[in-house]
Amino acid sequence: MVISKKPVRIILATFAGLLSSIAFANPVVDTTHVATAVTHEAHATTEVAHNEASHGDEHAAQDPKDKVTAYIEHHLQDSHDFVFFSDEKEGKHYGFPLPVILLDNGLKVFSSSKLHHGEAVAEVDGNYYKLYHGKIYKTDAAGTISYDEHHHPTNVKPLDFSITKNVMSMLFTSIVLFLMFTGLARSYKKGAIPTGFGRVLEPLIIFIRDEIAIPNIGEKKYRKYMGYLLTVFFFIWLLNLLGMTPLGINVTGNIAVTVCLALFTYFITQFSANKDYWGHIFWMPGVPVPMKIILMPIEILGTLTKPFALLIRLFANITAGHVVIMSLIAMIFVGKNIYADMPISLGLTLFISVIEILVAFLQAFIFTMLSSLFIGMAVQDHHHDGHGHEEENVII
Amino acid sequence: MGSLNLIGAGLVVIGAGLGLGKIGGSAMDAIARQPEAAGKIQTAMIIIAALLEGLAFAALILGK
Repeated sequence: MVISKKPVRIILATFAGLLSSIAFANPVVDTTHVATAVTHEAHATTEVAHNEASHGDEHAAQDPKDKVTAYIEHHLQDSHDFVFFSDEKEGKHYGFPLPVILLDNGLKVFSSSKLHHGEAVAEVDGNYYKLYHGKIYKTDAAGTISYDEHHHPTNVKPLDFSITKNVMSMLFTSIVLFLMFTGLARSYKKGAIPTGFGRVLEPLIIFIRDEIAIPNIGEKKYRKYMGYLLTVFFFIWLLNLLGMTPLGINVTGNIAVTVCLALFTYFITQFSANKDYWGHIFWMPGVPVPMKIILMPIEILGTLTKPFALLIRLFANITAGHVVIMSLIAMIFVGKNIYADMPISLGLTLFISVIEILVAFLQAFIFTMLSSLFIGMAVQDHHHDGHGHEEENVII
Repeated sequence: MGSLNLIGAGLVVIGAGLGLGKIGGSAMDAIARQPEAAGKIQTAMIIIAALLEGLAFAALILGK
C-alpha cells in the first residue's frame, strides 16, 4: 500500500496543531471554577431528574460520568423510537416514534409515542402498557411495576413484534440493497458493462466471487452459495456503515442480530454437508477406535463453536467500536476544561472513526470469508488416498 | 465488573496482543521473503487474526 505524502503531511500538521491545545489543559484557576460550575449544574439536573422520575424508579444520574455510562448503555440497546437528541432540562426528545406491535390476546398495534419514552402508561383496548428499561410490560392503570428479590420486574411481558429502531434499520438496508442490485441486474440487459452505481458494485461482487467463494468452496460448487454470501456481506457492511452515522443505530452490535446471521451460516453448512463431513464428525477416519470415540463429542461441539465465534466476533467488534467512539466524545463533558478537551477528543474520535470504517468493511469481509470457509469444509470432496489428505483441510 | 474480572480481561488482552504480534510479524517476514504471494498471505493472516480475536472477545464477554 502506497500512501502519497500529501495527506500524511496534512494529518501531521493537524495533529501538531491539536497538540498545542494540550498547553491549555488544566490551568489552575479556570479548572476549579469550571469544576464547581459543573457540579452545581449536575446537582440541579439530578434534582429535576428525581422529580420527573419519582414514579419510574429510574436510577438518576449523579454526575457526568454516570450519565455518560447510562447514555452509552442506552445507545447500545434497541429502542421503540428514534431519538436523535434530547433536551434534558425540558425533558423533550427530538425524533420520531415507531409502531409497536404486541401479541397479547390478539394483535395490538399502536404508536410508540403513546409510551412517552417510558414516562407514561399507554392505554390500548382496555389494556395498559408501560416501557421499562427498553421492554414493554403489561401494567394496571397507574403503571405500577412489581419486582422480585433480584429487582427484576414480575409483570407480564407480552410478545413484542414491534418495528423497533433495529428492525427499521434492517428493513431500510434491505430496501437499499434491493434497489442497488436490481438496478445493477437491469443494467446488464443493456450491455456487458454496468452503468451508474453498478460500476461500484461490480468489482465488489467479483471480489467476493474470486477471493472468497471460489478459493474456499471450490470452482464447481460455489455458485449455489453466492446469493447468501453476497447478501450477508453487503447487509453487514451497510449496517456497520449505518452504525457510523450519527443516527444512533447499532444493529450489528446487537447480539440477537448476529445470532440470527450466524444461525443462517450454521444451517446452510449443516444442510449442505456431504457424507465425508459427517464421517469426519462421527467416525474420524485414520485414527484408532478409542480416539474416534473421544473425538466425536469434540467434533460435534466444534460445529457449534464455529458459528458461536462468528457471532461473538461481529457483536463484540461493533459494540467495542461504538463504546470507544462514544467514550472519546464523552471526554468533552467529563473533562474539566471544555476548550482544551474538545480538540483532543475530536482528533481522537476522527482517528478511531477512520479505523472503524476499515473495521466495518473488515468485519463484513471476515464474516463472509469464514462463512464460505465453513461451507467449503462441509461440501468439499476428500480424496482418501492415504497420507496427505489432512493438508486439504488447511485454510487456503 | 469485579477486580478479578478486570485482571482476567487484562490477561486476555495480553495474550491476544502477543498472538496478534506473532501473526503480524510472521506475515511480514513471509511477505518480505515472497512479495509475489502477499495477497494470499494477507488473506490467511486476516483469517487467523480473526479466529484469535474471536477467542479473545469470547473470553472478554463471557467473563463480564
